[in-house]
Amino acid sequence: MSDVAQNAMSSSYDIDRIRADFPILSREVHGKPMAFLDSAASAQKPRQVIDAVSAVYETEYANVHRGAYQLSERATNAYEGARDKVQTFINAKSRGEIIFTRNATEAINLVAATYGRRELKAGDEIIITEMEHHSNIVPWQMLRDEKDLVLKIAPITDDGELRMDAFEELLTARTKLVAVPHISNVLGTIVPVKKIIDLAHAAGAKVLIDGCQAVMHETVDVQALDCDFYAFSGHKLYGPSGIGVFYGKETLLDAMPPYMGGGDMIKTVTFEKSEWADLPAKFEAGTPAIAQAIGLGAAIDYVSAIGLDAIAAHERDLLNYATQKLAAIDGLKIIGTAPNKVSVISMTLECAHPHDMATILDHSGVAIRAGHHCAQPLMDRLGLTATARASFGLYNKREDADQLAEALGAVQEIFG
Amino acid sequence: MLDELRELYQEVILDHGKQPRNFRRPDVPSHEAAGKNPLCGDQLVVYVVVDEDDKITDASFLGKGCAISMASASMMTEIVKGKKVAEAKALFDGFHKMCTLDDFEMDGSDEDEDFERLQVLSGVRQFPVRVKCATLAWHTLDAALDGVGEISTE
Repeated sequence: MSDVAQNAMSSSYDIDRIRADFPILSREVHGKPMAFLDSAASAQKPRQVIDAVSAVYETEYANVHRGAYQLSERATNAYEGARDKVQTFINAKSRGEIIFTRNATEAINLVAATYGRRELKAGDEIIITEMEHHSNIVPWQMLRDEKDLVLKIAPITDDGELRMDAFEELLTARTKLVAVPHISNVLGTIVPVKKIIDLAHAAGAKVLIDGCQAVMHETVDVQALDCDFYAFSGHKLYGPSGIGVFYGKETLLDAMPPYMGGGDMIKTVTFEKSEWADLPAKFEAGTPAIAQAIGLGAAIDYVSAIGLDAIAAHERDLLNYATQKLAAIDGLKIIGTAPNKVSVISMTLECAHPHDMATILDHSGVAIRAGHHCAQPLMDRLGLTATARASFGLYNKREDADQLAEALGAVQEIFG
Repeated sequence: MLDELRELYQEVILDHGKQPRNFRRPDVPSHEAAGKNPLCGDQLVVYVVVDEDDKITDASFLGKGCAISMASASMMTEIVKGKKVAEAKALFDGFHKMCTLDDFEMDGSDEDEDFERLQVLSGVRQFPVRVKCATLAWHTLDAALDGVGEISTE
């Protein structure tokens, strides 16, 4: 894209109007305007989501799938309508392929506990990567120990890219499952998941994509990807916490046993036996997170109205701007320099520990995350115990990067 | 803004944080324990040598962490050296109160000189998420003296 086109695109992005949609962004922290740079941990919510959740409780709340009265029917329609929105959002083939969970963690555990427990046998291999979040490590370790599986770790380069040559070497006839992040929560690296999926399928393995850090940055099309499972959380997509999405191919979901037993996931129950409900209900035992699902639907509407392409262009501008600003700071090292990355910037400072950086930045109104980011093995791989991570979302502006850079100056003033 | 931060990051802390004292493993520690703060990844090992009279003849540590946790560990090793085990434990108790209670007051006992030194760390009271950084080394020392090999602040 030419610079002119880029400028035209970013100038049509009405950042002030967008920021006005997020009530929390106008608050102050320690007497300073807040630069919220921790959306990769959890994003703030627009008025449209807050209102949608309030409206559920104020006007149409009842339990779903059971009541023979108008209110319950309306709540059911709204809840199931949210599922339709998710289906469209990730272009799933059928609505039954969209399962609501608490979060991506639960979705991954669901796959391990159902598909994994039934299909994987002793000696079978699972491949994950060095840049995994704990939620895509621990469930597989638990399954490995239970079923005597082999857990293989695909290495990354020092820049934070997956080493595809090494990944291909790890793939064998015993590989039954490949579980990788779509985008690294620490490094921002966009993983070439389409290539991984094609390679894995050629080797006869199924693929789970942890899409937690992807769905808010780029358009995800599960049919084009041809992934077998895809997981993400609502709260990072500007929706409520307590709601997540598990996508699975219908044929796989049909063959899988249920995850939890209870109400809603059955057709009939006798003391002798029970018959499972059809998809998606089979995987949604108990009263679901009704208002949260509807809130997620509102978040998807919100993001879709702005457009993921426009959001991606805006965030790319922020990434480039912030990277330049930060690179100019003495003693600052950016951790994760893959050419293909999103607006997540991990860094270390020579003079100060990330935790001390975070405390001082907080006093300048800048909210960042410091620590291991639930990716301790990645920290070990990088020879670090922690990084400071600034992550930019659709509502951030260049001034937030300026405020960050200025606050890092205060860190150096104290520690330098 | 900087005033409150300067209160937290006093020169003494920055100095101990950058050049921690007793940053080594003794030849033959009689007690040791590993301390971890899983929230931020800080980790350290505290070593002590206790003689037959229950006196701490050497205290040292190794580890990685923020300025607060390194400085606190460094100062702790200096302060507990030469103390009886019971005295060290009493100091831990007092230090913990100092870091968490707004109305903490020194009671005029013999430990006051030590508490006065530790007072520089009391700035963490204004930063609740940092209290664990200041107390990690002391929790670890306490565990080492009790023969507990590993502790976590979570």
